[in-house]
Amino acid sequence: MSVSILAKEDLPWPPKVEDFYLDPLVGTDPWVTKFTIMMWIAVAGLIVLFAVALRKPKVVPTKGQWIAESVMDFVRGGIGREIIGSKGDRFVPYLTVLFCFIVFMNLFGIIPLAQISPMTHIAFPVVLAIISYVMYIFVGIQAQGPGKFFKNHLILPAPWYLQPLLIPIEFFQNFIVRPVTLSVRLFANMFAGHLILLVFTLGGFMLINAGTAFTYGVSVVSFAMAIAMTLFEFFVALLQAYVFVLLTGTWLQGALADEH
Amino acid sequence: MTLAELTGDISSIGYGLAAIGPGIGVGIVFAAYIQATARQPESAGLTRAYLFMGFALSEALALFGLALAFVFSNPPA
Repeated sequence: MSVSILAKEDLPWPPKVEDFYLDPLVGTDPWVTKFTIMMWIAVAGLIVLFAVALRKPKVVPTKGQWIAESVMDFVRGGIGREIIGSKGDRFVPYLTVLFCFIVFMNLFGIIPLAQISPMTHIAFPVVLAIISYVMYIFVGIQAQGPGKFFKNHLILPAPWYLQPLLIPIEFFQNFIVRPVTLSVRLFANMFAGHLILLVFTLGGFMLINAGTAFTYGVSVVSFAMAIAMTLFEFFVALLQAYVFVLLTGTWLQGALADEH
Repeated sequence: MTLAELTGDISSIGYGLAAIGPGIGVGIVFAAYIQATARQPESAGLTRAYLFMGFALSEALALFGLALAFVFSNPPA
């Protein structure tokens, strides 16, 4: 391995927030970046997976059909029926597509050449959280009626003199903190994951550049950690997609239930 | 008289402090799940969804700390 792979001045050290803003691919305005391309690929992957695999469903499934069906079965069993309940099957298509989309987007964080997930920019999780949030309120009002829905979500069974204190807290918790945490959780996990990978990978190059026998040895540890964290990121990518869909399912369950 | 002088950013110290509580919380969540599963192995599938829900809810606080550490940091110009 050549020692001067990257010159010291070329290394963006320490990793900063600016490293997450990639250069535009076309022109000077950031309309088309790597993130845009990755999102198109993720959407194309989704369409291919579900449209092609389930176009002509067979009793003995093909490989693609088997993959699409087992993902759907996982979401239906683990979230649709277990969390939402008997009315959950209605939401399984949305939850499945949401799950697959987030998984595809997250996996770009560890796929070679992509190496950064679009979810490291909060705009993507925010849009997904808004969709879930609007759906939650809409389904709740549809199922319970506006009066009952807001009564169930704002007024706890407590003495009347505590209500002026409790109603703002409940409002803050149910209608402000919920969507914010849903989007921030996904964003911050992907952001932190990419930052950790940057620290260990660039740190390895920095140690090689330091140029003593001791730092050569330590740089191996740093690269090994980068590989280990990449495997951990694979786990986090799947886990966070599952958590996002799970919490959406919990909201829908709360919106559909008559009582708390 | 100046005894000691520090330059730099203390937002990462703030993040370290913010991570204590969620760290304990996530530990309790997993400990409770392991205990429940050890006592009643057939309940493992039943409680798994709640394991991830509790994990995600307590982890969110640490992630807020991480995001705010970057928001309130003053990068050297």
